[in-house]
Amino acid sequence: MPAPRTLVLFALLAVLAAVPPLAAAFNEPFYLDLFRRIMIFSIAALSLNLILGYGGMVSFGHAAYLGIGAYSVGILAFYDITSGWLQWPLAIGASAILAAAIGAVSIRTSGIYFIMITLAFTQMLYYFGISLEEFGGDDGMRLKAKSDFSGLIDLNDPTAFYYLVLALLVVLLWLVHRIVNSRFGRVIRAAHSNEARTRAIGLSPYPYRLAAFVIAGAICGLAGALLVNHTAYLTPDFMNWTRSGELMFMVILGGIATTSGPLLGAAALLLLEDWLQGSDLLPKDWVRDHWQLYLGLVLILVVVFAKRGLAGLFAGRHE
Amino acid sequence: MSSALLEVRQLCKSFGALRATDQVDLAVSEGETHAIIGPNGAGKTTLIGQLAGNLRPDSGSIHFSGEDVTRLATHKRSHRGLSRSFQITSVYRNFSALENVSLAIQAHRGHSFRFWKPARTERVLTDPALELLKKVNLETRADVLAANLAHGEQRQLEIAMALASRPRLLLLDEPVAGMGIEESQRMIGFLAGLKGSATMILVEHDMDAVFALADRISVLVYGRIIATGTPAEIRANAEVRRAYLGEDA
Repeated sequence: MPAPRTLVLFALLAVLAAVPPLAAAFNEPFYLDLFRRIMIFSIAALSLNLILGYGGMVSFGHAAYLGIGAYSVGILAFYDITSGWLQWPLAIGASAILAAAIGAVSIRTSGIYFIMITLAFTQMLYYFGISLEEFGGDDGMRLKAKSDFSGLIDLNDPTAFYYLVLALLVVLLWLVHRIVNSRFGRVIRAAHSNEARTRAIGLSPYPYRLAAFVIAGAICGLAGALLVNHTAYLTPDFMNWTRSGELMFMVILGGIATTSGPLLGAAALLLLEDWLQGSDLLPKDWVRDHWQLYLGLVLILVVVFAKRGLAGLFAGRHE
Repeated sequence: MSSALLEVRQLCKSFGALRATDQVDLAVSEGETHAIIGPNGAGKTTLIGQLAGNLRPDSGSIHFSGEDVTRLATHKRSHRGLSRSFQITSVYRNFSALENVSLAIQAHRGHSFRFWKPARTERVLTDPALELLKKVNLETRADVLAANLAHGEQRQLEIAMALASRPRLLLLDEPVAGMGIEESQRMIGFLAGLKGSATMILVEHDMDAVFALADRISVLVYGRIIATGTPAEIRANAEVRRAYLGEDA
């Protein structure tokens, strides 16, 4: 009998798989869009969870990779290079290289300094994005064409794109799960749990942390490539610090250092946001116009009352 | 002194105006159990910190097995065969006892850039880890989270982790601190069993433990070593009695 949390994860994935036929049956294509967005942010959040949740590295600049992934695809498309076989590896590679550079500097620090350095790097990129007049500057630009996978899969088909994102999500959930339980993942978790002890038994955390940081950046770069194809638009806002904060919130809300946490957190945050913004049940003037206020209240309640996040609600005690 | 495994010369470390380590000379030969005693605030933990590499000395040198390790990082000293336990219990509280020791084994089995195989199922790690747990009488507690172990058990677990690297020199920072009489007797018995197979530096307040285990004793007062000798010599030393033993022995 698998742990309750594992069952919850499988149930969630089953629900996600059922969204396209249900959306078609009820003629509500909007939900296809919403859940695809949730899955893309789940991928970004699960990459952050690897370093923040398991590794204890509170990166406040994770949106940088979302932006680099998106811009890699967007800029290539701008120059009429639309092959996804080229765009996506570039998005992943560029994010990995950037993560290596940011990580090499920031991982030498810890605590508040680590947070500030990761934030500073990302804000630099954000303003750099704004300065790129050719690519729309502040306003951003339309994605000229979606990534092309030589007929293998057509991203213009919403359902095909949806299932591609779902497949990637499943693969990445599994990948991170394997990493976390490997020798490598054990070192990452150990360095988080007790750094002095880790050095004393003969391990230097730095190279392992850096590698984890690069892996997380690469995965988030892929999420960026997906996101720009999803929105068909790219803007420096992908890299704004508020976006980094949102990713952190998804991880914390869902439950740090859990497999299903990022998925639960992304779903909860985006569904709540959608509901507060659009619900007719609520008086417009005092809820819909100030939905962020209510979102904030819910988040505070979750953090206070469900210390291990949403995933903690389904927890076996031992994980 | 060429047979010394550890040789400390003129080691100094100050924190502001406080001379926590003041021209310390210390030589520990292979196979010896060397106790360092001294009143609270004498600088014992500071000295251990410098030997293990957590603290940089201001001046002086530390040679281990003939090699100058004064500025060598902690994790590298561990690979040279220098292993420590902590005064305040330091284990991975959210790992099981078995995983704690298994990780300490892993640290000495090549690099850990292995991303795929679940470490928990690797018998090259778990078999020797179980062996070590058996050695410290924790084999029945292998799957218990370290946080849920009794204090004495956590201390035993620390020793098992320190032994995982097959150290040539074991730095034990108050191994029986905070233990009940029975627990500490058991720990002393266990450490006595290690004598001969490992060289040990033992920082300890508990005089029963010190006199039961030590081949030689150094007395540290205000960062200085005021006497070194066999337990009998130390007991007889008038200066030591005045500075330390007289007060609480």
